[in-house]
Amino acid sequence: MVIMSSDLQDGIMTETQSFFETPSPRGLTGVKAWLLTHDHKRLGLMYMWAILFWFVVAMILGLLMRTELMSQGRTIMGPEVYNSMFTLHGVIMIFLFAIPAIPAIFGNFFLPIQLGTDDVFFPRLNLFSWYLFMFGGLFAIFSLFFGGGFPDTGWTFYVPFSVSTKGNVSLTVTAAFILGMSSMLTGLNFVTTFHRMRHKDMALMQIPLFTWSLYATAWVQILATPVISITFVLVMMERFLAIGLFEPDKGGDPLLYQHLFWMYSHPAVYIMILPGMGVISEIIPVFSRKSIFGYKAIVISSMAIAIAGSLVWAHHMYTSGMSDVSVFVFSLLTFIVAVPSAVKVFSWVSTMYKGSIQMSPPLFLSLCFIYLFTVGGLTGLVLGAAGTDIHVHDTHFVVAHFHFVMLGGTGFAFFAALHYWWPKMFGVMYRFRPAYIGAVSAALGFVFHFVPMLILGLQGMPRRYYDYLPRYETGNFLAGFGAYLLVAGVLVMFVNLLLSLRNPRTAPSNPWGGTTLEWSIPSPPPMENFIEPPVIKGFPYDFSEIVARSQQDGR
Amino acid sequence: MTPVQGVDQAFWYILGISIVLLFGITVVMVVFVIKYRRSTNPVPADIRDNMALELFWTLIPTLIALSMFYMGWKSYIGLRTVPEGAMQVEVAGQMFSWLFTYENGKESDNELVVPLGKPVKLNVTSLDVIHSLYIPAFRIKVDAVRGMKTYAWFLADELGEYDIQCTEYCGTGHSSMTGKLRIVPKDEYNKWLEKEDE
Repeated sequence: MVIMSSDLQDGIMTETQSFFETPSPRGLTGVKAWLLTHDHKRLGLMYMWAILFWFVVAMILGLLMRTELMSQGRTIMGPEVYNSMFTLHGVIMIFLFAIPAIPAIFGNFFLPIQLGTDDVFFPRLNLFSWYLFMFGGLFAIFSLFFGGGFPDTGWTFYVPFSVSTKGNVSLTVTAAFILGMSSMLTGLNFVTTFHRMRHKDMALMQIPLFTWSLYATAWVQILATPVISITFVLVMMERFLAIGLFEPDKGGDPLLYQHLFWMYSHPAVYIMILPGMGVISEIIPVFSRKSIFGYKAIVISSMAIAIAGSLVWAHHMYTSGMSDVSVFVFSLLTFIVAVPSAVKVFSWVSTMYKGSIQMSPPLFLSLCFIYLFTVGGLTGLVLGAAGTDIHVHDTHFVVAHFHFVMLGGTGFAFFAALHYWWPKMFGVMYRFRPAYIGAVSAALGFVFHFVPMLILGLQGMPRRYYDYLPRYETGNFLAGFGAYLLVAGVLVMFVNLLLSLRNPRTAPSNPWGGTTLEWSIPSPPPMENFIEPPVIKGFPYDFSEIVARSQQDGR
Repeated sequence: MTPVQGVDQAFWYILGISIVLLFGITVVMVVFVIKYRRSTNPVPADIRDNMALELFWTLIPTLIALSMFYMGWKSYIGLRTVPEGAMQVEVAGQMFSWLFTYENGKESDNELVVPLGKPVKLNVTSLDVIHSLYIPAFRIKVDAVRGMKTYAWFLADELGEYDIQCTEYCGTGHSSMTGKLRIVPKDEYNKWLEKEDE
């Protein structure tokens, strides 16, 4: 395999046992050693299998929907099934993939290591969050087959529809409620670990950017999630007790629901994207062998996004009938929050200037991220502006926009993180060729899928449409092909990674030449992460040692 | 300038700048990856920040963003400011059709007929769940909420037939909740208005 064999740092496997092999205490053997573990690394992997499962399920649901839309009229399913499918696709992708994916898997695994410590602050709570996550997921499945049947409201659960529909909305929002608890507790764990467990030599400006991004995210998780939990409880009370809070006939206000819903769900967008940005901020410097450009600006922009991003929720509601003053204020704030994201993009690109760049699957996926996320951000400007939003609100333009951010952004950052940290997590290296093939077809498929949707939206095709006017047929037909290519690419990447697990555990401790602490310990890491006390660098992205070593080797 | 032209101008302004920015970022990224590849550039420079540059790329995007906000807001004002003398039509959304009621009491299902050259104000509400009235050709969209009156207006400045769609998900028949807007000459409109409902 032609990994960067010329650059392999310490190709030695240390004698220490990894966290996979370390014998468990008495009474905790076999499967119990996993199901009752407090080890943040094992929990990270347990999240990973569950999240990969959900991701593939929801992706296939999405593919079926796009197949249905490839021609007018009924293609493979009726409107009821279609409506349940987009609801499920949304609920699973948001609550079981995009929100937990990067924090729960890579955050759990690497945040303590990057902070130079042995675990999170509340290990038992961490295990509890995993159970809540699994329980919430099972509840979501359960809700499909019991009560009134498939929920059909879309993941937004807008009242009064969600109150009057026969679908099993109550169980689905309960599932989301439980998943919210899991997300909140993970956030709580990260904030406390960040402050209380950080290595004593590590000052704030010595913390890796991935950990910073998780810290910013964690605050949003803690502060915003209760709002949605309360809102879901109110929907249940409305359904069971008809309290009338959202019911105009009883003096209630349906717009109140929308405000409450987006007060969480817009910050949730930043819960999904900030950790992805953190991943990219790790990968670009490593493969450029060059310090991240503007470390402080990136830290500040993460915090700025977390704070300002919590104040823009009503830009989802320009057409809702709220006052023009609100439209003015929320539109203005929305444009302000665009700036820190732009700063990050400029910093990533500048990091590569005069670097020493080695192409690799994680870097390639990160470059795809930058491109797709930029499109997502820029199309967001169209939606932030009041006049233009009126035309494209709730059309395919919005659908394409948030997929550019959530799949092109968070999704590709997730793929990049998998390929970047895989050798560290499992101690195995994967094949590069299939990884590239998968990444290229996923990226191309993505563009072929979502660009037609942007155009359909500009032409006025609404979202959540089972069927459409004849003039939208060409665009939908083309988008279908992109979808197949995209899904094929993603599956190739996943299968390639899974097949690598059969390889011997020979990945070196630092295959890419990284500078953060996880690369200073064996792959896979030992039970309590550090065999010797970690050495904290004055600046986390100081590549001088790595560069000096590779020059010494005469290369 | 009609509201449609105002909105389209904002579209061109925002999309135009966006395409330039996207093109610039992509080209620079690709050039860097090729030019500074490890095989030709084994020793990286050590550049960690540059205050002037960072200030520049914070301030300029802020100004661009604010100008986009202004363009968007200006066009929004156009959509919200109903000219005097506009004719009024009451609109009610229900699962899954649109009901239009004229000043003389005439009612019409899924068909909105208006005379050429008139500004038309639509007073929108809903009889059940939330719907949203969308006429893409005139760039207008407004939610129909039970217990609430919302409005939108457009200038009927060209003869023809235009699509009306529902854009707030409302159930099984959501995508079939479509209607037609017909802009007809004044005489034809008057005849239609006086005609008894079939």
